[in-house]
Amino acid sequence: MMEFFNQYLIVLIALLICTIMAILRVIFGPTIPDRVVGVDTINTIVIVCMVIFGAAYEEVIYIDVAIVYALLSFISTLFIAKYLEGGEF
Amino acid sequence: MIFDIIIYLFMGIGVFFNALAGVGLLRFPDVYTRLHAGTKCTTFGSIFIIGSVVLIGLKNWWFDNDLNGSVLAIHSLFALAAILLTNPVGAHAIARAAHRSGVMPAQAVIDELEQKPVKKSTRRKKEAENVLNEEGGDA
Repeated sequence: MMEFFNQYLIVLIALLICTIMAILRVIFGPTIPDRVVGVDTINTIVIVCMVIFGAAYEEVIYIDVAIVYALLSFISTLFIAKYLEGGEF
Repeated sequence: MIFDIIIYLFMGIGVFFNALAGVGLLRFPDVYTRLHAGTKCTTFGSIFIIGSVVLIGLKNWWFDNDLNGSVLAIHSLFALAAILLTNPVGAHAIARAAHRSGVMPAQAVIDELEQKPVKKSTRRKKEAENVLNEEGGDA
């Protein structure tokens, strides 16, 4: 039972609490850019969580998934920002 | 052992700054301060957490002769580079989009970029005209 509560699990639970705070901002955000900021923060925290899962299970493929997720979330953030400006794609 | 202590210290610093990002995202009053908290704090915390994972990989490689440790360290560095390259650019794009879509800061009186007062109330408008006149007088 004590092996289950190792350092990785503690860090992941703390990051889960941060993600819940960002989700509250996404839900209650008064304007649309507030929600975009919340989603951007959630993306960064999820990348960090994937890297910690890769270290915990010693599987390098999780970290590769994190790299691809970082680049895709960057592109989606840029598209949402372009849409809010009212620009043409 | 000193290596484990450094790893736990880095994890603690990273989790502390990510928690600050969450609290700032809930407590700050408008978009720009929330962006300030939500982007810079997560970037700084991610540097330390992924740095601790890199140290774990290097420790496994150096002390246990485990080649998976080197792969873990190098791929974690690539993930860190992706975060460091993409996060500030995304934050800048969100801030520019928020300003162009008409969202003003919470306590704002004048818009320095457009050189005109923010239309909220007459009292605020008089303050803004005073500020703009003083700036014009100085120039």
